[in-house]
Amino acid sequence: MAGIAMKDDLVTRREAIRRVSALLGGAALIGQAAWLTGCATGQSRVFSDSDVVLLDEIADTILPETKTPGAKAAGVGPFIARMVADTYDPREQAVFRDGLGAIERESRMQNGDGFMASSPAQRLALLERLDREAIEYMRRPGSAERPHYFRMIKELTLLGYFTSEIGCTQAMRYVETPGRFDPCITYTVGDKAWAPHA
Amino acid sequence: MANENYDAIVVGSGISGGWAAKELTEKGLTVLLLERGKNIEHAKDYGNAHKGPWEYPHRGARTYAMEEAYPVLRRDYPLSERNLDWWADEKESPYTEVKRFDWYRGYHVGGRSLLWGRQSYRWSDFDFEANAREGIAVDWPIRYAELAPWYDYVERHAGISGSIEGMAQLPDGQFQPAIPLNCGEELVAGRVRGLFDGRRRVIPGRVANLTRALPGRSPCQYRNACSLGCPYGAYFSTQSSTLPAALATGRLTLKPFSIATEVLYDRDRQRATGVRVMDAVTNQTTEYTARVVFLCASTLNSTWLLMQSATDVWPEGLGSSSGELGHNLMDHHFRVGAEGFLADEQLNGQYYFGNRPTGFYIPRFRNLFGERREYTRGFGYQGSANRLGWQRAVRELGIGGEFKDRAAEPGAWQIGATAFGEILPRHDNQVTLDKVKRDKWGLPVLAVDCETGENERLMREDMMNDMAELLEAAGVRGVTTYDRGYAMGMGIHEMGTARMGNDRRTSVLNRFNQVWDAPNVFVTDGSAMVSSSCVNPSLTYMALTARAVDHAVGELSRRNL
Repeated sequence: MAGIAMKDDLVTRREAIRRVSALLGGAALIGQAAWLTGCATGQSRVFSDSDVVLLDEIADTILPETKTPGAKAAGVGPFIARMVADTYDPREQAVFRDGLGAIERESRMQNGDGFMASSPAQRLALLERLDREAIEYMRRPGSAERPHYFRMIKELTLLGYFTSEIGCTQAMRYVETPGRFDPCITYTVGDKAWAPHA
Repeated sequence: MANENYDAIVVGSGISGGWAAKELTEKGLTVLLLERGKNIEHAKDYGNAHKGPWEYPHRGARTYAMEEAYPVLRRDYPLSERNLDWWADEKESPYTEVKRFDWYRGYHVGGRSLLWGRQSYRWSDFDFEANAREGIAVDWPIRYAELAPWYDYVERHAGISGSIEGMAQLPDGQFQPAIPLNCGEELVAGRVRGLFDGRRRVIPGRVANLTRALPGRSPCQYRNACSLGCPYGAYFSTQSSTLPAALATGRLTLKPFSIATEVLYDRDRQRATGVRVMDAVTNQTTEYTARVVFLCASTLNSTWLLMQSATDVWPEGLGSSSGELGHNLMDHHFRVGAEGFLADEQLNGQYYFGNRPTGFYIPRFRNLFGERREYTRGFGYQGSANRLGWQRAVRELGIGGEFKDRAAEPGAWQIGATAFGEILPRHDNQVTLDKVKRDKWGLPVLAVDCETGENERLMREDMMNDMAELLEAAGVRGVTTYDRGYAMGMGIHEMGTARMGNDRRTSVLNRFNQVWDAPNVFVTDGSAMVSSSCVNPSLTYMALTARAVDHAVGELSRRNL
């Protein structure tokens, strides 16, 4: 009954419990392990409206509009808020919340302004630094037990975007009913990936 | 108390029960098909089948609320918001884990035929002869030659796609054209052909997905959305295949929300007279009578029903006179293997189109043709090659427009496979009735007490290392091995607990799946299995069921039942 093996290419913390195969190619997603009885919070109790606006802007800096719409247009901010509220355990929620505060602080230090008031170039420069910091942090042994907040944000941004209708049908190619399987077609660099059905 | 009479009663509407209902009705019998859960109507009730990924609030992920409600299902991949209501309600239907046992159940019309992995392989005489050759458990009462025509028969109706390979350990069948390997897999398959004396082969997975239309069913549309229900009827399920055939006879009565609680037994005639049924909604009981009863309620539930029956004659239940009822529980152990990257230049310019519902298969090669490892039996691999998706970008350095556009393109080719290994039948691996705990309907529940042993532990080393060896020999780069751990039941291939045999003193069922102590009661689901092989078992349940019905109808006409 169990299906085809899939590669884990993400966080492997508490892997035995937390495979979300279809979402992340078999890899565990942060927040997908909770054995604890969580307080199944509603979205509003974890994030304010201004938090969601901030998440939208952060996500849109990570995945901005190019030839295809960006993360904000794909509704990634509200998606992140929902995922943190419904699937993260309280400890992970706290790491995430503290992370939003850290972004504000880092923004004032680096750019002299809060994230919302910063220019697109300033936002990009800040998040590039945090991205490097997070990648370095996540290489350290044991870091998976307490993931870097920017890893959480980046992961949920990519998940939210590439599983959105815009991500599937515009950034990638989505064919609801392919009707045939062609085992080998020519690929030219720049061709978009096929989005899976579900 | 109402009383209704049928020629035959079938308990359970999954893969085995659907086949029993089809065969019995087509041979002219009136049949009552009992299903404990709700009805799911073909196509009409596949509410998510055409949803895009973005239409799920959590895009298929699991929430706290789901994890709380499904403490067993959450232990592995099945827990998903896409098809959550197709899994048994764990609060209504608890069971006791003396040792950890993952039981993934589908309580609805169609059972796990709607949810199965659809891999379909024949057993060989290496499997049927293994117990006798090694002096383990008891001998199978049948050999491959006896089941081969029944494999032929069920494959033609179910629709199995696959390739003809001529391998003694994995007999060929009545296949529709195979779903081919993709270019990455083909490259590896070609290289492996010239290695290992040709004994390790990478072949297309044999799968119950059509590549040619059958009456009322379309070929696969390559959506790989099978677990949402297929509106095209392209994979075998009760709904797409056996139920329509049974209904077409006009002799089938399907009753959902009907929990069979006891096989009624006449101790003077030594025959079952029918089944007692509890309405799952009203809790009212009804007795239905029949000349023959087929138990197809899934491995552990058919055994539960036997344990609940004829207790005035045998305190441990119908079929317990052998001392083997509830014993010898098996599964397939897995979640161990290897993976790596295909760095071959030509693959950069190659991709595929369509979402396959299968991948490749590597048939068993250990402990065959004179080889003797330090463990007995063997394993096969299921795997696939594919180009990485956007998920790879989570770990990559970068944000911004270029990063986004690159993540939207396919990445490097990866290839990997997981081994599925045989678990030996052991008397100590058993289920019993929990005398204290009750389910929502006040019925006793099962207590499961089983674990893997030394043979499986030794086998797992080969299961991991052989895949790495094969991939490296085929030029795969960056090969890594993994063992993600396994607990009994996770394979969702539970087998045994009412085994067949040649001797009524050591088996529950005879060679035609008849309970020795009640020859008009047939058990034709996984309960009947005497050993577990390493191949997916459902096709064998289909063949055993069709064969048993043929025997039952013959015996009825000879007035032997």
